[in-house]
Amino acid sequence: MVYLRLFWIFLRVSVISEFQYRVNFFVQLFQSALALGTGLVAMSLVFSYTQNLAGWTQPELLAVMGVHIIVGGLIKTIIQPNMNRLIEDIQEGTLDFALTKPADAQAIISVREFRIWQLIDLVLGSVVLGYAISQLSTSLGWLSALSFAAAVLLGGLMIYSVWLMLSVGAFWIIRADNFLEIFDSLYQAGRWPVSIYPGWLKHTLTFVLPIAFAVTLPAETLARQLNGQNLLFALGLTVFLLIVSRLFWRFGLRHYTGASA
Amino acid sequence: MKQHLDLYLTLLKTSIISQFQYRVAHLFWLLAMMVEPVVYLVVWGTIATSQGGNVAGYTAGTFAAYYITWTLVRQMNIALTPYAFENRIRKGRLSNELMRPIHPIHFDMSYFMSLKVVTIVLWLPIAGLLWWVFQPAFTFTAWWQIPAFMLALLGGFVTRFLCLWALGLVTFWVTKVSAVFELYFTIELLLSGRLVPLAIMPAWVRDISQWLPFQWTFGFPIDVAVGTLTGPQVAWGLAMQAVWMLIAGGILALVWPHAVRRYSAVGA
Repeated sequence: MVYLRLFWIFLRVSVISEFQYRVNFFVQLFQSALALGTGLVAMSLVFSYTQNLAGWTQPELLAVMGVHIIVGGLIKTIIQPNMNRLIEDIQEGTLDFALTKPADAQAIISVREFRIWQLIDLVLGSVVLGYAISQLSTSLGWLSALSFAAAVLLGGLMIYSVWLMLSVGAFWIIRADNFLEIFDSLYQAGRWPVSIYPGWLKHTLTFVLPIAFAVTLPAETLARQLNGQNLLFALGLTVFLLIVSRLFWRFGLRHYTGASA
Repeated sequence: MKQHLDLYLTLLKTSIISQFQYRVAHLFWLLAMMVEPVVYLVVWGTIATSQGGNVAGYTAGTFAAYYITWTLVRQMNIALTPYAFENRIRKGRLSNELMRPIHPIHFDMSYFMSLKVVTIVLWLPIAGLLWWVFQPAFTFTAWWQIPAFMLALLGGFVTRFLCLWALGLVTFWVTKVSAVFELYFTIELLLSGRLVPLAIMPAWVRDISQWLPFQWTFGFPIDVAVGTLTGPQVAWGLAMQAVWMLIAGGILALVWPHAVRRYSAVGA
């Protein structure tokens, strides 16, 4: 309960401070619109030459793109800003301020920052996804909506865990931001269903950086048939990654020497 | 002239040495930049295979050749982004550079050239790996293909460098410029041959991009290497690069004196 209140307070402070820079809303809207436009151009080029891409029809691919934008928006709203701040704090020794607070340090470093203007992507992605669903022939019940939400949540938690582990690398390696560069570009690969990629890339996107679970699986639960087995597997992997990243975080923390050292 | 040559040699040497210290960082960065072309390559290779072997004349092998060359051209194309000007002007860093008796553009130019040396060394093994995985199909039609590619590569870099430097000068008059730059880079992505080879684009897009600098800095050098161009086409492309260098260089020479007069270092 304390943590829920903590989350709420941090969120409120972020919202208040972000509202000082309302112009950024338009800057972000412009950027998101450009990115969406580019994605749509790429997709229309693909479908000017073919009817389906490795078994995926246009509405199905559009659904993947919608989910990709939604999850990307969530990452940029919550995960990325907090992890960047963590790395910065480790580099500069200012992590002390988070560690000395009387609450779980991992909880605090995970919810300190919110970039609310990035939520525009959530809206745009939902529009794309909604349009894609209206083009699909399958009808959707509340069960598939529910499992979609579960899949997105699980995917988000997996990405959070992996990102946390990469950021914890900053306890040993000073330029840990370079890992994140790779994450960013690999995330772009998730715009297309991971099943189209050759084996090595598919496995990287599934098990090393779980983009397959965060993007392709939720889209699949909506656009194709609901696969309970996959969802269960995702749940197992999420729990595993949460535990491992927690252990790794505590292990890394022991190597932290603080600002005055 | 001799003075400039000396300057370039010295700056290149020192900055290559310092850049090699960050080789691991460079390698990670290079690896991250490989994802984008691999994604395009997989998508278009899949389409070519499913469409009975080729799309607009491109087979899976030609696409592989295109996007593997892409990785080199992309690296060689890296120039000072106009965003850097925002930083220089807002924080007053430009003051130091203006004190020197040599135009600041030369320092930027030699710095980015030194980066190329470091990235080529790191790029070679990655390119070998991509070659092995994707089996590219290059067409060698003439002996001049390789020297022409080198020339087009250099010309593409210089052209893009000058265009971006000229664009960066907007920052002297407008403070919030990121939207302008975003738009520029999106147009570049679509019209340069970075997203797809221009042959894939509809005819009207190709017509427009003929008259813009983008394709001459990116798609053109790639096409030279892949071997899809005839001799006269190559000559035309090199000429277009020269034209755009003159245009961008001319704008720079005209605007720079006015830009410097606008500049007043904050807090300095």
